[in-house]
Amino acid sequence: MNQQINFTLSLADTTLILAQRNSEWCAHGPILEQDIAITNISLDLLGQARNFYQHAAHLIGSPATEDSLAYLRTEREFKNLLITELPNGDWAQTILRQFFFSVYQSLLYTQLLQSKDEQLAAIAEKSLKEITYHIKWSSDWVIRLGDGTAESQQRMYKAIEYLWMYTGEFFIPADYETTDLSAMEREWSLKVKDVFEEAGLIMPEKIFMQQGGKTGNHTEHLGFILAEMQSLQRTYPGAQW
Amino acid sequence: MATPEKQEILSLLKEVCDPEVPVLTILDLGIVRDVKINGDEVEVIITPTYSGCPAMDAISIDIRLKLIEHGYKNVKISFTLSPAWTTDWMSEEGKRKLEAYGIAAPHRSDTLRRDERIACPQCHSNDTKLLSQFGSTACKALYQCNECKEPFDYFKCH
Repeated sequence: MNQQINFTLSLADTTLILAQRNSEWCAHGPILEQDIAITNISLDLLGQARNFYQHAAHLIGSPATEDSLAYLRTEREFKNLLITELPNGDWAQTILRQFFFSVYQSLLYTQLLQSKDEQLAAIAEKSLKEITYHIKWSSDWVIRLGDGTAESQQRMYKAIEYLWMYTGEFFIPADYETTDLSAMEREWSLKVKDVFEEAGLIMPEKIFMQQGGKTGNHTEHLGFILAEMQSLQRTYPGAQW
Repeated sequence: MATPEKQEILSLLKEVCDPEVPVLTILDLGIVRDVKINGDEVEVIITPTYSGCPAMDAISIDIRLKLIEHGYKNVKISFTLSPAWTTDWMSEEGKRKLEAYGIAAPHRSDTLRRDERIACPQCHSNDTKLLSQFGSTACKALYQCNECKEPFDYFKCH
């Protein structure tokens, strides 16, 4: 039971934190259509997070609610992947993270369809259609910037250099994970390589990979996100919108 | 075969519209999955279009108000996620109403993974281009017609 709760919370936290990060682009996107695109993706992720939190609250039982799980847990209790809490950086960094994550998310949720937990399978089924659009959109951008100008390509390489060491965590299992992550890793690399080739980008070598998010050991960035996201509920407990 | 009471509730639900696309009723959208009557309790089971669609809360309130207005005091709205909603559940009438409203109706959901030509709902030309896969709401993409130059929304297949 604990394993199931922790796994559900890790799915919830990961989608919530990436939704929160992407939403920082609202009204700051490079052009209006892309501002709307990234915030729509953020909304999809937030909806997925709510479904996972509601399910976790149901598994935990009263008095846990989706809100208490999102707003009243501390940094060490959050199980999101490190890559989701990193700052947005420039547009190249934001879209590259979304691409890396969406490809991983699609593979993970495809496995979740077989989960013995029927509600997790149902949330995965619902989310997969949304993720299909996220992959389409983010891979188009990787290709556009990678195969664009000298400046855009240089920014893509900077983003790759920054983010690459956080992609290993996708496939390092936490003790609450039972999915086969090693087969996923091969598929993930193949898909990323395909898009990189079309973008004229070279895949990095195997390097040291960061980990810790899944078990609550975060970068310094998460504390700032939570401080901002949770401040209202912390200051006025139970406040309603 | 639906009982007369269930029929009556379904016809009331025909009066509840999507707040974002007000030409569509929630039955046209295909999000009402079932209506159950247990004693004096009416349970309406709906499924979200997109995980984060903010219209779902508004729709639940509208269903409740509509039924209360017609004397159903004990109304319960439940959500189900599986099977996942698809635009294939949209009624033919709904698709016609969308086109007349200026939104291109969704193609079959098996086109999700490939790029399709979307006809302009204004001048019906097939010479159109995708401006953005994400539009003013989660369910729409933004297109422009190369013929009449009008931008338009496409209710994207899902």
